Amino acid sequence: MKIRLENLTKKFPNRSKKGGADVVAVDNFSFEIPDGKLIGLLGPSGCGKSTALNLISGLESPTSGRIFFDDEDVTDIEPENRGIGLVFQNYALYPHLTVLRNITFPLENLKGDKKLTKERMKEKAYEAARLVQIEELMDRKPSELSGGQQQRVAIARALVKRPRVLLLDEPLSNLDARLRLQTREEIRRIQRETGITTIFVTHDQEEAMSISDLIVVMKSGKIQQIDKPQNVYDDPKNLFVAKFLGTPAINVFVGSVKHGRIFIGDDPVMPIKGIENRAIYAGIRPEGFIPSENGSLKCLLKGVEVMGRDTIILSKHYAQEGDVIHSIVDSEDAMQLDAVNTAIDHKLNLVLDPVHRDVDNHGEIRFSIRPRKIFIFDSETEERIYPNGDQPVTG
Amino acid sequence: MNENNNSATSIKPVKKRKKSFRVTTVLVYIMLSLWALMVLFPFYWMLLTSVKDYGDYSSEYIPQFFTLAPTLDNYAEAFSAVPLGRYFLNTLIFTLITTALMLVVTVPAAFAFSRLEFRGKNLLFTLFLALMMIPNELVIITNFQTITDMGMRNTFSGLILPSVTSVFFIYLLKENFEQIPDELYKAAKVDGTSDFKYLVKVMIPICKPTIITIIILKVIECWNSYIWPRLITDDQAYFLVSNGIQEIRENGFGRENIPAMMAAVVVISLPLIVLFIIFRKKIMEGVSRGGTKG
Amino acid sequence: MKKKGFKAWLYLLPAVIFLGAFMFYPLIDVFVYSFEEGYNSASQTSFGVGGYNFSYVLHDPYFMQALQNTFLLVIITVPLSTGFALLISLGLNSIKPLRNLFQTIYFLPYVTNTLAVGLVFMILFKKTAYTDGLVNAFISIFGGGSVDFIDGPYWAKMFVLCLYTVWIVLPFKVLILTSALASVNEMYYKAARIDGTSKFRMFTKITLPMISPMIFYLVITGFIGAFKAYSDSVALFGTDLNAAGMNTIVGYIYDMLYGDSGGYPSYASAAAIILFVIVLTITVINLMISRKKVHY
Repeated sequence: MKIRLENLTKKFPNRSKKGGADVVAVDNFSFEIPDGKLIGLLGPSGCGKSTALNLISGLESPTSGRIFFDDEDVTDIEPENRGIGLVFQNYALYPHLTVLRNITFPLENLKGDKKLTKERMKEKAYEAARLVQIEELMDRKPSELSGGQQQRVAIARALVKRPRVLLLDEPLSNLDARLRLQTREEIRRIQRETGITTIFVTHDQEEAMSISDLIVVMKSGKIQQIDKPQNVYDDPKNLFVAKFLGTPAINVFVGSVKHGRIFIGDDPVMPIKGIENRAIYAGIRPEGFIPSENGSLKCLLKGVEVMGRDTIILSKHYAQEGDVIHSIVDSEDAMQLDAVNTAIDHKLNLVLDPVHRDVDNHGEIRFSIRPRKIFIFDSETEERIYPNGDQPVTG
Repeated sequence: MNENNNSATSIKPVKKRKKSFRVTTVLVYIMLSLWALMVLFPFYWMLLTSVKDYGDYSSEYIPQFFTLAPTLDNYAEAFSAVPLGRYFLNTLIFTLITTALMLVVTVPAAFAFSRLEFRGKNLLFTLFLALMMIPNELVIITNFQTITDMGMRNTFSGLILPSVTSVFFIYLLKENFEQIPDELYKAAKVDGTSDFKYLVKVMIPICKPTIITIIILKVIECWNSYIWPRLITDDQAYFLVSNGIQEIRENGFGRENIPAMMAAVVVISLPLIVLFIIFRKKIMEGVSRGGTKG
Repeated sequence: MKKKGFKAWLYLLPAVIFLGAFMFYPLIDVFVYSFEEGYNSASQTSFGVGGYNFSYVLHDPYFMQALQNTFLLVIITVPLSTGFALLISLGLNSIKPLRNLFQTIYFLPYVTNTLAVGLVFMILFKKTAYTDGLVNAFISIFGGGSVDFIDGPYWAKMFVLCLYTVWIVLPFKVLILTSALASVNEMYYKAARIDGTSKFRMFTKITLPMISPMIFYLVITGFIGAFKAYSDSVALFGTDLNAAGMNTIVGYIYDMLYGDSGGYPSYASAAAIILFVIVLTITVINLMISRKKVHY
């Protein structure tokens, strides 16, 4: 089922004693989620993504705007009649009920001709349990389960009524790293198998990137960008989105465009067409650096981390924002560089070594930049600036 | 300080400390045993006296610590000479109805304060808290007048109604309800659970320990209540056990039949002691969480 | 939103009705009573408004007797029972075998009927024509003369009352202090042992400060409880406490209200308000001291 949000807005009254303007948690959302997709709602904490989820679930009602499931306006419909399943961050399992009773709980509320017999409820519960592979845990209490198992029970409970939409609020954040990887694959599989339109909220960009069909990036209640994960990464609409996605994070420099060239500090790094002279931010992805003897970006080498196939070169540039420049290069290429070899020989990793942090000159390293890995942004609005003729890639 | 530490190598100070440790332990046990004796002795004495023959008892100028001819006659006497069974039944009715009503009042109120939003919630709750500071003595006077004016002296309603509420219990339960995570409520809402059903099916089962605690405290309070029943009843048909005891002491058994009196005391004390032995852990936990006495 | 508010009030309705009728209204009414002079229960009329009721109560020798008894009881039993409870709790905390048994035994008085066990105390201490009672038998073993603790001299009666009060209130105090002691983190003692701290210093510098909030809680509730003493006295000396000279403030209030000497709700109200003021004052003083002394 597709979901359409039209100018959805949610304001909360300001709680501070001094009063002040209302807090706008969700600001004029309009987008459409296609049927049967897995959508990641991504943003830093407090950006309004959980509120957006609550609005879709019906737990909160919007200040203005409409919500449509297919063509049905559900804005004023109670949560239980919307046909949704909701999984909470801390799972919200009923501690006093067994797994089986937890899963049948939603079914027990059905009334009238929808009412089910005990046997039918049990059947349905086992069906849902099979889907998330917890059939052998049905008689246990939540306290006797591991975090991952509780998560599965919560999903089973959300699925048992065969919802039209499945909503997951930070479904992985209470799990340890290994389980997180496993569970996110699991969520992907369950979503594929059931074909239920699924929205999940997360602050972890890697999580969103890895399993979503579409990512909605949010900041302070506003949608920043909606696109396929790879497109959001390759073609960020503004500096916030560029910074929020990718590990290591994008490297940001203060720069300018002068006479058809992008400058980082005084280093001319790249020609560019059709943009007038102006101040900019330049963002370069870690994989966008090519170490080369006559590269135009002159940096100070601060350390090297060999990671097997790849090597991370840590360096500094006077025009950079933030701590250090991360660049990821192929290890074989890196070994060609004298500076890198010297650094490895001397176990040079001064970034991680606070004592020598301020010792500056450990050799220069020069980079040239891959054209598709550098983005420029307006220094005021932080919006992306597209070179003349280049249309933003969509879709 | 282990027991097996007496090798020749152990140095003197260690030995000394061990010795003083043993002495204090012995002293501690003596002190604890003495007090245990102090606590148990009255119970022993009432049990003992209750099985002594009235004639034997009266002839003991120096009371004996045991009896060779125990008898249950005193118990028969206790039940026949005074309406002990009646007192018992009254107390049982009083305790059960009061406790049940207390739950009917307390649980929904605690639920409203912890879970529902309404205008004036904070104000009303502050008012409730303030009432917690008010001693019973201050309001009992008017309650006595009210019940008397309404002609409810010597009735169960007169006994029960003013004894129902306890602001403290509402407070205790509300605090406990509030510990249930919000998500559980939201999850139930998504599944279409009504507020009332959520209260009954989720909140009450989760907070069962606290509810049991307040039930226990209320039962103890009811079973032992003396002052209010004394004010409001002068007809023996409505006496509770405490008043019964007082009545027995002042008028029953010709005042001198101590063994029969003790038999009555044993019968009256027994239910709570049995209850205590069964629910020892729950009761002690409950009292340390919410009890005040003395 | 409106509908929601209505539902909340529905849930609150029973509590509001009960509290309104039996707590809130009486609270206001008791002040009204206390200032109505010459109120007559039967005709429900009064002469006027003023402080006469208070003045009457404060000049009533029975009230002064009750006041004296109550203060004596408070001053003797509160420190005694708290100190003794601390001693017992420390003892309990230092042993392992039999600890549960002792704890269970010590708790027994909490669940017994004050009136019922009071009778047992009475027969233990009472002197009658047939017997001097068990306690007197003991005293005579050690060569003392027999004393009637129930109908005899004032000090003897006070002694029994205090003893019985301590016996009754101890379970609660022991329970609270034992759990307070048990919750002091073992870590502190280990640290202190490594530093070579003596047992006594450990007690005064670690244990006592750590459990001081609980001790003050017990002192405050102890004061409040002892000021409201009544049924213990009835249990030992019977309902005619004025005659026995062992009345308490609460006893005075009820006697004014009901029974042979009753029918004076105005005097009772005035006495109740005096009691409330005393308790409030003592509690505030306690809280002020505890703010200075308690380490949390």
